[in-house]
Amino acid sequence: MTRVLIGIALAAALGATASVASAQTLNTVKQRGNLNCGANGTLPGFGLPDAQGRWTGLDVDYCKAIAAAIFNDPNKVKFVPLTARDRFTALQSGDVDVLARNTTWTSSRDTSLGLNFTAINYFDGQGFLVRKALKVNSALELNDAAVCVQQGTTTELNLADYFRANKMKLKTVTFATSDEAVKAYDAGRCDAYTTDASGLAGERLRLANSNDHIMLPEIISKEPLGPVVRHGDDQWFDIAKWAHYAMVTAEELGITRANVDDHMKSENPDVKRLLGTEGKHGEALGLTNDWAVRIIKHVGNYGESFERNVGQGSNLKIARGLNGLWTKGGLQYAPPLR
Amino acid sequence: MTVIDTRGPDSGKPRVPLIYNPKVRGIAFQVLLCALIAFLVWEAVSNAADNLARAKVAAGFDFWNHTAGFDISQTLIEYSTASTYGRAFWVGLLNTLLVAGLGIVFATILGFIVGIARLSTNWLVSKVASVYVELIRNLPLLLQLLFWYNAVLKALPEMRDSLVIPGGGFLNNRGLFLPQPTFHHQALATLIAIGLGVALAIAFVVWAKRRQIRTGRQSPVFTVAMFFVVVLPGAVFALTGFPVEFMFPEKGRFNIRGGIEVLPEFMALLFGLVVYTAAFIAEVVRAGILSVSKGQTEAAYSLGLRPRPTLRLVIIPQAMRVIIPPLTNQYLNLTKNSSLAVAVGYPDLVQVFAGTVLNQTGQAVEVIVITMAVYLIISLVTSFLMNLYNRRVMLVER
Amino acid sequence: MSDIATMTDANLAFVQRAPIAPMRPPLTEAGAIGWLRKNLFSSLFNVVLTLLCALLVVWIVPPMVKFLIVDAVWDGATRIDCLPSPQRPEVGACWAFVIERLGFFTYGFYPFEERWRVDLFFALLAVGIVWLAWLNAPARGLAAINFFVVVPILSYILLLGWPAIGLPRVETTQWGGVLVTIVVAWVGIVVSLPLGILLALGRRSRLPAVRLFSVIFIEFVRGVPLITVLFMASVMLPLFVPDTWSPDKLLRALVGVALFASAYMAEVVRAGLQAMPKGQYEAAMAVGLSYWQMMRLIILPQALKITIPNIVNSYVALFKDTTLVFIVGIFDFLRAIEAARIDPQWATPVTSTTGYAFAAIFYFICCYAMSRYARYVEARLAAGDRR
Repeated sequence: MTRVLIGIALAAALGATASVASAQTLNTVKQRGNLNCGANGTLPGFGLPDAQGRWTGLDVDYCKAIAAAIFNDPNKVKFVPLTARDRFTALQSGDVDVLARNTTWTSSRDTSLGLNFTAINYFDGQGFLVRKALKVNSALELNDAAVCVQQGTTTELNLADYFRANKMKLKTVTFATSDEAVKAYDAGRCDAYTTDASGLAGERLRLANSNDHIMLPEIISKEPLGPVVRHGDDQWFDIAKWAHYAMVTAEELGITRANVDDHMKSENPDVKRLLGTEGKHGEALGLTNDWAVRIIKHVGNYGESFERNVGQGSNLKIARGLNGLWTKGGLQYAPPLR
Repeated sequence: MTVIDTRGPDSGKPRVPLIYNPKVRGIAFQVLLCALIAFLVWEAVSNAADNLARAKVAAGFDFWNHTAGFDISQTLIEYSTASTYGRAFWVGLLNTLLVAGLGIVFATILGFIVGIARLSTNWLVSKVASVYVELIRNLPLLLQLLFWYNAVLKALPEMRDSLVIPGGGFLNNRGLFLPQPTFHHQALATLIAIGLGVALAIAFVVWAKRRQIRTGRQSPVFTVAMFFVVVLPGAVFALTGFPVEFMFPEKGRFNIRGGIEVLPEFMALLFGLVVYTAAFIAEVVRAGILSVSKGQTEAAYSLGLRPRPTLRLVIIPQAMRVIIPPLTNQYLNLTKNSSLAVAVGYPDLVQVFAGTVLNQTGQAVEVIVITMAVYLIISLVTSFLMNLYNRRVMLVER
Repeated sequence: MSDIATMTDANLAFVQRAPIAPMRPPLTEAGAIGWLRKNLFSSLFNVVLTLLCALLVVWIVPPMVKFLIVDAVWDGATRIDCLPSPQRPEVGACWAFVIERLGFFTYGFYPFEERWRVDLFFALLAVGIVWLAWLNAPARGLAAINFFVVVPILSYILLLGWPAIGLPRVETTQWGGVLVTIVVAWVGIVVSLPLGILLALGRRSRLPAVRLFSVIFIEFVRGVPLITVLFMASVMLPLFVPDTWSPDKLLRALVGVALFASAYMAEVVRAGLQAMPKGQYEAAMAVGLSYWQMMRLIILPQALKITIPNIVNSYVALFKDTTLVFIVGIFDFLRAIEAARIDPQWATPVTSTTGYAFAAIFYFICCYAMSRYARYVEARLAAGDRR
């Protein structure tokens, strides 16, 4: 027994000495040679690997953007599929460098869980999916209904709040993963399935007969979804924020994957600052000055990513809506890059 | 198979007495071990404190009194979304105990039947029992639970085509709904009568046994005990005018309202646990009965005992001595296995507490420690009781 | 006989010259009917039991055969082939789905061009197991070293990769399916035996501190469900080690499973140690062996020999328990089945049942083979003791 323990102790001691050497996330990531990104793994449009293990989704693109900014290679990301339940501990324990898993920004998560929400890469709200045969037109008619929900989500809490606020009776059936919850709903265990509206659009496609199900018009909550990092590393926090804002800024300026090379010669000062031909904004972040160029070249701007993953270029066909640029009636707005 | 271990000098000659003195070496070794473990624990704790402090995660047990804000599908005690996390813990614990308690009862019954069936002289019966045991024991419980849950949901009808159970119940894929009895305060008399009846029955049994030892005369113990336990309370219940009312479940728009609700998750979990554990109990029972040698039966017959007293007074007491320890282990296994509820969505301790509460509060260390402590206490208390029982049985043997 | 024949008068009518053929037993006592009477219908109670069991069998077996074989769909490319149609009103198991997803079930997300490495790993493991389990195999002493040392190292390099020798690295997040199930089970097997032996020795040690720690560890682990151990390993382990030393997710589950299995193995081994007659210990000490020599040369070889069946049985339990890593998000075989059965591409009423049936067949074959082996060894040991 002791030999094993000595081994463990040695390993622990080695680890302890290693921890003194580096406390900065960016350095750790660079040394490791890849970014560890906590992703969903089961949600079409946000994070889902195909049978070959190729990941796609809006959140996946975000992680690829960070990897592109650091390594000039969007594939230097290791995606770690996380359930709603274990996502925060994975981030807290340093398992992942950034958590991009359609996570709702709430005050308690921001404070007592020791997390920092970076930006909002999708404005969402919670909705309900029901069978057409039920002939329900509003969530307010769901009194006494059984609702399937995933455990450990804000969804679970919003659902209870909504029913309590409207003095309706509720029967929740809680499952550890969204897969199980959807499957149980499909099997008739529940009258309704609830999650973020974007999720519903994706989950609906996974049902046996997706046309038998409709989404109710009510959106019962605000769900600002965004990537998350740990407390205590401001440089990494800045990188995580600006990776998103760079993509939004690129869309504001009309820079796309296809035309980014042409814009390199642009005289527009905003474009020059973004693409690093003027100023040292990349170096201020601890990156190279062409960091945004790398992001746009490899991943594209926010609009491209949106359309490709959840918009018209995808099966989900979700309209831009709240996620349109502020100039076009949406809420996506990047602070000025200067 | 051999284990190669090259540690420790092997020469036993005490040339340097202090180093090779087994006592000194023993103490030195233990001191080393203690130091090592203390170091590891200290390292782990300081790392955890470090990591948590760096992550600025809240610590401590304050969350216990915070509002939970989520709903639980099966609550044996009063619980609402406004209740606290502490309350949610108790709800989860009671749900665990409920499924474990019922599971133990049913698994014991089924296990004894199957175990005896395996020893049956009836070829078909023993073969069917063997196939059952082999099949169930060689499949993972989690797979079985997933299968049963899927099967339960699929086999049961939709809400609208609910099966009506005579007496006012319903069965559909939302669960089993039964009339719920509510007792008036006159029912208190019946409760007292039950207590009194049990006490009288025990007293009679003790008296009858003493008399039998003294005089050799037997008494109709079973009949009299039944009278006290069943007929007496029944009579009181009838005399006070049946002070009970049933709340019948009725169909609502979506679901069935009122009555006692048995969730399909609960049914699947209970069924899966019972079927699985019974296969193991069957093996325990079979081994126990086989362990009593044939000579015992023959000796009992030669003393003039009939087959039934032989079974009751000779075989079973001896078999039970072999059966009880592994049987207790199976009970503990069932209790621990009930934590697989998380896979079928039954709100047991692990699902509610180590699942939702952990996630909402983010306090992994505290929550996991509490959860483990609960199971540890259950298992330590059970082992303690079993050891007491074992000691008693051992003494009887001598 | 011939002497008697010559002595008696050939003309005497009452002399039986040839032996009478034995009378056939009554029809009700011999042959199939006799067997039936004796084994199935010996009393009224037995008749009732037999009929009930027969009903049970008829109720379960034919529909199962019908579903799994007769009505099953063997080839097809999409869910359409497994949906009921006018030509095929009753659809049984959709094996086409299993065949199409077989690669996914076996390798998970392991890259296509690297899958030969997994196949090679399976082959290595199979050779190792056969060598170890075949009691008459040549050089069996090497087999244990091979199984517990050589194969683990080779497999580690093979599966995870070693870019220096041209094997690209494959992250454990890409592993999945049967591969992960086998890896988890096998690591548990390889680690739990030595660790279990050490714990068992510790529990029976004369040194109070050693005994205390062993007892605490064993009783603690055996007192809690595996799920909570896995939760602890996956959630709390990263907190206990320095933050840069973040162990791999699969590794954490492996640590949890291995520790859990060790505690159970310790109790199995302890039972074997307790079964050793005291004379063995005393004799070993009398010839002047040190503690470790005594254990290595006298006690453990005998104790382990008689516990082999129980060791294999606890391996069966371990193999079944590997499914629980599913709950902490490891992509094992069962999880692969779960993921595939909710895939809309194959969404049919029979997909789930087919997936579970396939999983059941896989687990049953593995576990049943192991328990049969345990019984075979048991019988062989018993034969040895009878001599």
